[in-house]
Amino acid sequence: MNTIIECKDIRKVYNTGGIETEVLKGITFSVNEGEFVAIMGPSGSGKSTLMHILGALDTPTSGEYFLDGKDVSKLSDDELADIRREKIGFVFQAFNLLPRTTVMRNVSLPLIYEGVSKERREVIAAKALNDSAFPEQFWQHHSNQLSGGMMQRVAVARSLVNDPALILADEPTGNLDSKTGEMVLHTFQTLNAQQGKTIILITHEEDIAKHTDRIIHIRDGNILSDEKNQHKVVARHEKEIP
Amino acid sequence: MTTRDLFDETYSAVTVNKVRSGLTMLGIVIGIASVIALQAIGTGAQSSIQSSIQSIGSNLLLVMPGATRSFGSTVSAGRGSAQTLTPEDSAAIGQLSGVAAVSPSVTGRYQVLYKGTNTNTSVLGVVPAYTSVRNIQVDQGAFITDADVSASNRVAVIGPTVLQDLFGNANATATPDMAIGQTIRIKNIDFKVAGVTVSKGGSGFNNQDNMIYVPLATAQHFLVGNVSYVTEIDIEATDQSVMTQVQNDVTNLLLARHNISDPTLADFNVLNQADIVAAASSVTGTFTTLLAAIAGISLVVGGIGIMNMMLTTVTERTREIGLRKAIGAKRKDITLQFLAESVMLTFTGGVAGIILGWLIALAVTYLTSIATSISVSSIVLAFGVSAVIGIIFGYYPARRAAGLSPIEALRYE
Repeated sequence: MNTIIECKDIRKVYNTGGIETEVLKGITFSVNEGEFVAIMGPSGSGKSTLMHILGALDTPTSGEYFLDGKDVSKLSDDELADIRREKIGFVFQAFNLLPRTTVMRNVSLPLIYEGVSKERREVIAAKALNDSAFPEQFWQHHSNQLSGGMMQRVAVARSLVNDPALILADEPTGNLDSKTGEMVLHTFQTLNAQQGKTIILITHEEDIAKHTDRIIHIRDGNILSDEKNQHKVVARHEKEIP
Repeated sequence: MTTRDLFDETYSAVTVNKVRSGLTMLGIVIGIASVIALQAIGTGAQSSIQSSIQSIGSNLLLVMPGATRSFGSTVSAGRGSAQTLTPEDSAAIGQLSGVAAVSPSVTGRYQVLYKGTNTNTSVLGVVPAYTSVRNIQVDQGAFITDADVSASNRVAVIGPTVLQDLFGNANATATPDMAIGQTIRIKNIDFKVAGVTVSKGGSGFNNQDNMIYVPLATAQHFLVGNVSYVTEIDIEATDQSVMTQVQNDVTNLLLARHNISDPTLADFNVLNQADIVAAASSVTGTFTTLLAAIAGISLVVGGIGIMNMMLTTVTERTREIGLRKAIGAKRKDITLQFLAESVMLTFTGGVAGIILGWLIALAVTYLTSIATSISVSSIVLAFGVSAVIGIIFGYYPARRAAGLSPIEALRYE
């Protein structure tokens, strides 16, 4: 089993106005290929900072972070952009889709920066949309005409198009009601079970975290617990209405 | 990111808010249109001035007498007053190479009578070569002939203004055939009207239509009363390229003939038509430049409008920028995208401006007498300037967008 993520004593210190705040105080853990992990913690626990580092949006002050075998803890901004483009798929709480733009275009957006041709992009995006169970009749709709649950599944499809080593979902159900949230979690579980996608889900809700295989609790910049989820909840698969 | 994708992204970003993009572009449209239109009008005015100067003759050199200075005195009687040019000077000039025709003339203002009417006008004693040197065309009748000059015939060719003054009245305009064959009195001497010239549309103090032409010898004998000098020698050079050389040759020849060793004390002036054209051109050129500079200011204002809109756009689309960075866009990609947006705005504005400027120039051509002309260089310049404005005023907003931290940008509300 390949190790996708390896964090060794990750520390992050913010310096605001001469006052140093240590947000992460030595995080060490690893994630294997095909795992579905939840990182849990209340606000202020440092889980957002950890998510930024895991997503190669930021670098740690000290410590080492290997993503898919590559040390990304000391890279420049543009090198980090390369890592994000090649290895990471993001799903955000606020969806972050381009408004007044079709679903197809939104999903294929990451491929523009890889220089993939338009025809090829649409083929890959179509597969990603199918994988995230997004109904085909809405592919040419504008993203802002969709419901929240549908929008989030467009975002999931977008995170799949670059065939990432890691899917990083930051509070993906935070803006959704429990029913549509369930829908999105079902999509993640399916991607994990059927395609072996490695997924890290950041949340502060116990109910959401229970849908994963492994739960890492963060408190005050430290790992409080890291254990296998014994009571995994399977998201209900419903015939969804957009 | 391929160029095609960059264009697609830019096109959709610009067309999302058409009204705003259109209004922003308007600044550039107006700027470019005014530069193009003013340049076209300026060029048109310049060529109309040049053609009116050309109408007095082509490849023309004028030799005028200098100022009279009494011996040992510093009092000048004014340029052109000296009686230093002789018919022999004229003949000698005719022998120079590069000279196509020479026309000596004497001039004076006299009272002219025909029956009850009279007028006061310039009477020019000329030789037949004058028609070719000064582009004079005869409407009806004949011009002065060599026989007229050698026999001192008392014949006159009158300009259209003189024709109206003498033969017309308040109720009817005179036609040339009313005048030809009639006898008019110049300085109380009878002259027979031999022809009427075509109007040259001259104006102001040097109206070429308000003239009477008589044979040179006749003028010298009967009007001036002195055969030893002429008041002007007009020279037609064989072509444009030899004009400066002919001008120098004439100057040297006359200096030698008049025994003057110091050119600054020359008792004559040689005027080159090319110099007159150049002087007039430089005046209109200065005006054109001035007007274009004012139009250029509006271009800068338009550019600032573009920058303003681009900065607003960057702020509005902060989250989008954050997302693009999160999914792998580099600084260069973001910079290029926003730069392309501003260049697309200014470039489209530039094209619209060129069309608008062209329409304005066309309207001016129809409504006024100025034949405007749009030069290719001004169109190329307008294209270049609008693109450069897009780059200059789009660069700062683009850099600002590219410099955003993806974390901050994604959090932006």
